[in-house]
Amino acid sequence: MPLPDLDPLWLTLRLAGLVTLILLVIGTPLAWWLATTRWRIKSVAEAITALPLVLPPTVLGFYFLVFLSPQSTLGGLWFSATGSNLTFSFVGLVICSVIYSLPFTVQPLQATFETLGRGYWETAATLRASPMDAFLTVISPLAARGYLTAVVLTFAHTIGEFGVVLMVGGNIPGETKVISIAIYEHVETIRYAEAHLLSAGLLAFSFLVLLFVYVMNRRFPIHVG
Amino acid sequence: MNELDFDLRISFGDFTLAIEQRVPLHGITALFGPSGCGKSTLLRILAGLERGASGRIALKGETWQAGDGRKALPTHRRGIGYVFQDARLFPHLDVAGNLRYAERRSQGSEQRIHFDQVVDALDLRALLSRRAPSLSGGERQRVAIGRTLLTRPRLLLMDEPLASLDFKRKAEILPYIARLPRVFDVPIIYVTHDIDEVARLADRMIVLQAGRVMASGDVESVLARTDLPVDHEQYEPGAALTARLVGHDPHYQLSQLDLHGQTVTVPLIEAALGSTLHLRIRARDVAIATARPTSISVRNILAATIVEVTARPGTPHADILLDIGGSALRARITRQSADELQLSPGRSVYAIVKSVSFDALASVYGDMPTTP
Repeated sequence: MPLPDLDPLWLTLRLAGLVTLILLVIGTPLAWWLATTRWRIKSVAEAITALPLVLPPTVLGFYFLVFLSPQSTLGGLWFSATGSNLTFSFVGLVICSVIYSLPFTVQPLQATFETLGRGYWETAATLRASPMDAFLTVISPLAARGYLTAVVLTFAHTIGEFGVVLMVGGNIPGETKVISIAIYEHVETIRYAEAHLLSAGLLAFSFLVLLFVYVMNRRFPIHVG
Repeated sequence: MNELDFDLRISFGDFTLAIEQRVPLHGITALFGPSGCGKSTLLRILAGLERGASGRIALKGETWQAGDGRKALPTHRRGIGYVFQDARLFPHLDVAGNLRYAERRSQGSEQRIHFDQVVDALDLRALLSRRAPSLSGGERQRVAIGRTLLTRPRLLLMDEPLASLDFKRKAEILPYIARLPRVFDVPIIYVTHDIDEVARLADRMIVLQAGRVMASGDVESVLARTDLPVDHEQYEPGAALTARLVGHDPHYQLSQLDLHGQTVTVPLIEAALGSTLHLRIRARDVAIATARPTSISVRNILAATIVEVTARPGTPHADILLDIGGSALRARITRQSADELQLSPGRSVYAIVKSVSFDALASVYGDMPTTP
């Protein structure tokens, strides 16, 4: 049996890892703000954050193409700065994936922060902890479960991405040819053996990751309450 | 200048709180009133946790807020300690971790409060390695108080710290709180709706109702006033008095107190002769006679002069304000008795005291019948 090219696998893991990391940095303050703000526009912000959940990937992909193309402001700036296109590139893929997976980071975190409430936050402030100190030493450890859920969902969702990648990234080996695209290509070219191997690998990997999360969750319950 | 000075205003819907006060920075000042009067809101504004208020706050001349509350000094820079009703221990840390959390963040400030001192004063040694969820309500609150002390606060704010505890747990914690101002030299503002706690703990009180100050001053004089809305929930009218322990009688298991030259007899108190005790005598435990009664089992009969008689129309009651050698005592009797005995200001009468309770300093809690 021919061993399939494993490049798409590494590319996928790199993409998912990077996107998860970026989303933790962006998603944490956004989720905290959504969980604590009393502004009226909160609902609008929540709706925008949730959009990638309901929009067909093709719609997102179409708009990404429009906004990242060299003719657009963002794409133009990127082109003049780096001499390369955002569309059909790894960087473009990262940007799209960050937006596409945003709700999978923000929603579990927001729910966790809302459950925690302002109580511990206020308590930390009365114990002379600055806001950043309070967040790092009290809120983050208490939100550990929420973070675990967010990381796993974001990572898994990015791995499973297909429609957006197809529209924005195309199928460039080593650049945008992620595992889901590779499987699609193998099927299109009737190379079922490789498709089988990659699919089964992805299935096993996903199962193991989820199993690990649930076992960890059970074995190390976070003390709250 | 050694005071907390504030003039604050905040509105939610049709509730408005507008309060101006100067609170001396020593001992315990109670913020007292029925639920919904704004006392907890005021405490949260003072702590910087509620930022919607406008006005001014200054501690010892240092301005915390001038105008817009959103621009006020943030909570973590005020150097206050805050004890919440629900303890709020960090569940991811053990008791020692909770205490160290506060201690580490107050290293720079005056080092007059030490870890071991707090642990000993609040009897926390045996709890140090326990986690919050495994503690009883009373233990949690003791740890919370200890943690707050380790922030080395310039001012300690306590928001109904005993409200979520049952009677027994309250009794367990009250003595610890009563000792705080003396042992740790920290002034306290104490929010409560329980007049017993006020009488047992506080030196001064501010009575709030519907967002306004109804009365403020030392506890004895405020409690003596009859024009306050005394029939609110939990406000049991009565008087707070200070007496000196002058004698013990081991045979009958009694102690004698001196109350402005008159003797009050109570069940034996384990305290040194000469100690000062805070008593609380409820108005409904005081009866009035126009002549000194004889052949009566009650031991405590005090000569008194009537200061004021306030009939409460629509109720059977009349409230009598009495003077006993310079202190106020209150009696609640029926309007019918007041009329039949022709009680009026200036008249000399005898107050028959059926029950006296003590504050926590005497290590005695609960109402004790005076010697029958």
